[in-house]
Amino acid sequence: MLTQEPPQLTSAFNTTLPNGVVGTKVLEGLLAYDEKMQPKPSLATSWSVSNDGLEYTFKLRPNVSWHDGKPFTSADVAYSAMNVWKTLHPRGRIIFSSLTAVNTPDPLTAVFKLSKSSPVLLSALHSYESQILPKHLYDGTDVTLNPWNLKPIGTGPFVFKEWRRGQYIMLERNPNYWDKPKPAIERLILRLFVDPGARSAAFETGSADIGYFSPVTLADAERLKKRTDMMITTNGYQYATPMFFMELNLRNPPLNDVRVRQAISHAIDRQFIIKNIFMGYATPATGPIQSSSQFYEPNVAQYPYDPAKANALLDEAGLKRGPNGMRFRITHDPVPQNQEHALTADYVKQALAVVGIDVEIRKQDLASQIKRVSSWNFDMSSNPLFAMFDPALGVTRLFWSGNIKQGIPFTNVSGFSDPLMDSAIEAQSTERDLKKRIAHFSVLQKIAQQQVPLIYLLEVNYLTIANKRLNGHTVDGAAPFSSFADVKID
Amino acid sequence: MANASSLEKVVRNRARRRFGLLLLKRLGEALPTVLGIMVLNFLLLNSAPGNAVDALVGIMGASDPEFVARMTAQFGLDRSMPERLAIYIGNLFTFNLGNSYYFNRPVADLIFERLGATLLLMLSSIGLAVVVGVTLGITSARYFNTLLDRVIGLIALLLYAMPVFWVGLMLIILFSVKLEWFPMGGASTIGADNGPFYAAVDVLRHLALPMITLSLYFIATYTRLMRASMLETLHKDYIRTARAKGVPERAIAYRHALRNALLPVVTVIGVQMGALLGGSVIVETVFGWPGLGRLAYESVVQRDFNVLLGILFMSSIVVLTVNLLIDLVYAKLDPRIEI
Repeated sequence: MLTQEPPQLTSAFNTTLPNGVVGTKVLEGLLAYDEKMQPKPSLATSWSVSNDGLEYTFKLRPNVSWHDGKPFTSADVAYSAMNVWKTLHPRGRIIFSSLTAVNTPDPLTAVFKLSKSSPVLLSALHSYESQILPKHLYDGTDVTLNPWNLKPIGTGPFVFKEWRRGQYIMLERNPNYWDKPKPAIERLILRLFVDPGARSAAFETGSADIGYFSPVTLADAERLKKRTDMMITTNGYQYATPMFFMELNLRNPPLNDVRVRQAISHAIDRQFIIKNIFMGYATPATGPIQSSSQFYEPNVAQYPYDPAKANALLDEAGLKRGPNGMRFRITHDPVPQNQEHALTADYVKQALAVVGIDVEIRKQDLASQIKRVSSWNFDMSSNPLFAMFDPALGVTRLFWSGNIKQGIPFTNVSGFSDPLMDSAIEAQSTERDLKKRIAHFSVLQKIAQQQVPLIYLLEVNYLTIANKRLNGHTVDGAAPFSSFADVKID
Repeated sequence: MANASSLEKVVRNRARRRFGLLLLKRLGEALPTVLGIMVLNFLLLNSAPGNAVDALVGIMGASDPEFVARMTAQFGLDRSMPERLAIYIGNLFTFNLGNSYYFNRPVADLIFERLGATLLLMLSSIGLAVVVGVTLGITSARYFNTLLDRVIGLIALLLYAMPVFWVGLMLIILFSVKLEWFPMGGASTIGADNGPFYAAVDVLRHLALPMITLSLYFIATYTRLMRASMLETLHKDYIRTARAKGVPERAIAYRHALRNALLPVVTVIGVQMGALLGGSVIVETVFGWPGLGRLAYESVVQRDFNVLLGILFMSSIVVLTVNLLIDLVYAKLDPRIEI
């Protein structure tokens, strides 16, 4: 099931989620990842890193051909890395910033040359994040307008067959797949259902067997869960855990006072939000990095629900209650993605009123909200951003003072600046020793929770809803972007 | 004979010339109208904060300034608003509707892919609404102030009051989920290939529920309108004359009164074309019907304003065309009206 029409059928340069869901069935990456996000072979069968960390050598799988019969070689890898990921990909510019060249000594060897070591590289070669495109069809064309974006030729388990706009995309089994006898299913149809109500009806009528990224409302999910033929799982999203947090604009007093920020965090009952709004499909966030990550640090400052403490902190900050019982007034721009975000904003307004903070909720569409927040025209906002598979991609951008960039979304919009934080972030970006890198991220999490420029609320669980006759659909930490090579129907 | 035929020719020529003049006059009126609509749409849509790049990076989770700058330049959003408006209107004259930001394809391609589905849905719904609404309206008027009249009135009131998306979901639950009479979502069965006849039947089966949903509100409108108009006509002098001559009631209603009473309904059809497109936005979204309405909805969410402007352009042309056709139907219905 698709919930949104994909603009293209490759995520090599446009990472819109439906692009990834469809594209990863047809196109592949160098590496795949297990449920702990450790790399395993895909189009690369083995890899090694030079001692100085500036050279990554990938041995490619032999006898792999594109769906049009042409052989897959290191030239395809070099082309995709240098001409697509490094130049056109929204995150690739950061991931591959130190990549200077990809050498191809023979058709089955690709050597990535770096100007400085980049520990994030090996985590970023998934088929969704860094998809390999066929050089013979793309070289010399405008990649973003190439017609093959709409009828992709890949090396994956499924071959593109038909795209009926607004209705469905049909893929068929690749009989020449390198991992024979996979895939098990003959035909894979990705149907589009835009309306959430119609989506749950589609599951009930058997019009759809599986849907990712919480395809139905949580109330409908509760109903579907009671059916004997359906299953619901929250596994398979380690790759892209949404961390639901609130940003505070530190430029606007009294939010520049750390006691006020801590008070706001103390005034919010995360368990209430989880129980009543997210129907239990979330856990309290203890900091900026998701608890499933190897970089997670549990020993950081916490702000349990305590209105009395919040009041005391606000008193201490010298913010007296006025005649209407309120100490000060702030605006709140909640992310307008779904009902849970809106309800959370309503709850936050009520919870903060208890401690004397008057919150004005500004409702708007996503583009307006992003514009307002990225141009710093806000006091408080909320966001469910992916922490991503490596905090260097999803987390550091929110705290690094070098990333205070007005007008650019998902940067350090709070204006937070701390020299210790900056040096930890800069040190981890080239640190090759995993233990030391973990230590740098530990510093980041401790400062983030001490200074609270962002108030972390929840680790949100996405739901996958599937018919029980389907097996093998959630085998790693990036289930929505799995190739479906292992999926079987009973 | 020769005289009669040349007279006929003169009359026919005059009628043809008049028709040509009417078309010219209408075209002369339509051009500034469409242009005005487009300028207004452009200004309204672009006055909101945030643009397609904000929406796109929101969807993709990008935060790289160079990426944002490249997209902004690629979409031409770095130019000033008057400049963009001038370019847009200039392009319109060559029927260039620009590129979709989200799909990265020409807007005209996107629209033509989906125009057929929307026209099928809109025309079949309005057809159904006219047939059912007019029949109910006439029946109501003929049985004025009886139980039947009241029941029809109550039904019309209910149809007015029910929100379209709710009716759509209820029909899906009843006819697709519970009874399994109609397929769920889309416009055709995937991968079915049994020849053109079955393909047509297949599309009709998919069309049934969205068509009924979209037509309900209009059925209510036409029922009420037809009833009122029919009641008024039935009290006219020429009807009284017909009655006096002993024409049966049934013949009075259908042969004498219907044509005159239809005029207001025909007018309203023209006026409501815009509302019909608005309704199709909801119906297409609920039923997954692959038409323009759903494309419009998605382009609002994604701030894909070129697509939205293109759809509004198409819809203003459709509304103007339908209204022209309606004028012609008018003249046909009532010979006193000259075109």
